[in-house]
Amino acid sequence: MSRLNDANVATAKEIIARYPRQKSALIPLLHLAQEQNGYITRESMVHLGELVGVTSAEVYGTASFYEMFRFEPVGKYLINMCGTMSCALMGAQELMHHAEHVLGVKPGGTTQDGMFTLAHAECQAACTEAPTLQVNYRYRFRVTPADFDTLIDDLRSGKLDNEIPPHGTVATVRQRIPADKGVGAVAPEDVVEGPAWMDGKAAL
Amino acid sequence: MDGRKGRAVTNTYAHAPGFVAGDRPKIVTSRFEYADSFTLERYMATGGYAGLRKSLHLPAAEVHEEVKKATVLGRGGAGFPAGTKWGLTPQQVWPRYLVVNGDESEPGTYKDRLLMERDPHQLIEGCLIACYAAGLSQCFLYIRGEMALAQERVAAALNEAYAAGFIGKNILGSNFSVDIVLHWGAGAYVVGEETALIESLEGNRGMPRLKPPFFPAANGLYGQPTIVNNVETLANLPWLAVNGADAYNAIGTKTSPGTRMVAVSGHVKRPGVYEIINGTTTFRDLLYGAEFCGGIRNDNELKAFVPGGGSAPWFTPDQLDLPFEASQVGPAGSMLGSGAIMVMDSTTDIPAAALTLTRFYAHESCGKCTPCREGGTWLERILTRVVEGKGTDADLQQMLEVGAMICPGDFPHASNEALGLAAVPFPYKMTTICFVGPSAFAPLHSALTLFRSEFESRVTKRITIPVTAVGAAS
Repeated sequence: MSRLNDANVATAKEIIARYPRQKSALIPLLHLAQEQNGYITRESMVHLGELVGVTSAEVYGTASFYEMFRFEPVGKYLINMCGTMSCALMGAQELMHHAEHVLGVKPGGTTQDGMFTLAHAECQAACTEAPTLQVNYRYRFRVTPADFDTLIDDLRSGKLDNEIPPHGTVATVRQRIPADKGVGAVAPEDVVEGPAWMDGKAAL
Repeated sequence: MDGRKGRAVTNTYAHAPGFVAGDRPKIVTSRFEYADSFTLERYMATGGYAGLRKSLHLPAAEVHEEVKKATVLGRGGAGFPAGTKWGLTPQQVWPRYLVVNGDESEPGTYKDRLLMERDPHQLIEGCLIACYAAGLSQCFLYIRGEMALAQERVAAALNEAYAAGFIGKNILGSNFSVDIVLHWGAGAYVVGEETALIESLEGNRGMPRLKPPFFPAANGLYGQPTIVNNVETLANLPWLAVNGADAYNAIGTKTSPGTRMVAVSGHVKRPGVYEIINGTTTFRDLLYGAEFCGGIRNDNELKAFVPGGGSAPWFTPDQLDLPFEASQVGPAGSMLGSGAIMVMDSTTDIPAAALTLTRFYAHESCGKCTPCREGGTWLERILTRVVEGKGTDADLQQMLEVGAMICPGDFPHASNEALGLAAVPFPYKMTTICFVGPSAFAPLHSALTLFRSEFESRVTKRITIPVTAVGAAS
């Protein structure tokens, strides 16, 4: 049931074809699985293993290294609160206490209605806009407790549905390489000499 | 900590929070003022892909030579010149790959994210020029997993550029053909290390590789020669290709030419990302200059600042007049790193501030090297109890000893007149494969060296119970 659906299998094959080695596609494919199911299921790891030619244990080996992959369901909205230095200097800890109070959960916890998972996060690369948070990897900058309350209300009421997809979807735009334009994967075993334009002459 | 007071609203561009424009030479942020700066239409209207076109009219070796002449220092942290790096590939070993390091996650740093979000075509053009010049047959553009908008903007730009014939087969009708493949991560700081980035791109756990080989240029992705360049480094190339190395070298100093993007965060009046002139701009200019941060919030005293990202040893007001020049910052006991300054004013609780970084590195250790895996965690635990007021004076020495197992010998630190300290120059010795281990110790070591009294005041003296004789020996 939680193997990739047909449309996602087609996308997966398109992604795999871009790499000289199939396993390279694993992280993008794990994202695809998480997008479909909201988290990484055992069945999807078995399926991804079949698609790229490795065991499901190897898939898990890779997946478990990375912070973004979840192996159990999380809330519809994952709220990552940055707590690294710049944010800490600008009140991240106080904001986290406020968030815990508003949502009634500790970091790592999910609200009973399944809407929100609160989490500690490390530097989100928006340090001048501290304190920051990300909801399903969409930024909120210079967040005050009042901003946080408004955000929660807006998420609950569905006001932000267009901007913030449910947990699992990161980017909503995909690269598409047109078949007639793409060079295709350049594998080490297929190439013995330098590329055409390295002939000492100008290409144009 | 009320940081909102005294912070002027300076973002003229609602779409690019963080970036602050100014009346200075712009190499990589010239399009940030346009609301549609990320579109192909805007890019073409502002000289887009002219650098690529010009480059393709020259033999690849000449383009490479021009980049070498310009000394484009790597903007990822190590500062290794791009042209020289490309030249490290072994002769006649093919294919060669380009891996773009967009896994920006150094605490305090963000410039690559803005460059990807605001001007993705500039980055794409930079990648194409690099591939042409160094004979690289396929490009993988690795973007940090958490950066949803950057991924979307780059994906859309790639789609536009393919449709317009700038990427793919026979670019602009020439014999130059290369694909740029968008790849994205899933959250791991260590993947910013170039060999870990390659491991991650091969679908593995993102752990750094054993060295030697020291450079992926010799042996990288799939065992082939691989150039790993930072996003900002590549974003410089279109301007360089159009204007030439002489124009590039005319900005900044001889050893640090051009501009660089610097993010200044923390307790300043106007935190922001600034494109500054390399080599000549000083930390004082940046922190106090009217065109930059405009001083410390509430006009407080400056206590300390991190000059080059979370991994860098700290500076105090004694070092404010140093310029953005690696050859001066290194001997002064720190590094410029990834262009990130984090400012702490007089109200800062130094041990607690150091803990945020120690926790970061303990959390981000990949676990491959014991000194980092165990040492980082030990440092976090000991420092946590010190910060919570549960530590003893022995803990302070213990932290230095744990640090010495990650970095034997004198660890770099800044000079301090009041403390009578002389600087210990950067870099350090290390017992780990990559810099994550030493980075875990750097902030704590600086804090302990420069602000020891703040640690001492919150630990209890260990009481030594005198040994009393149980009975007479004879």
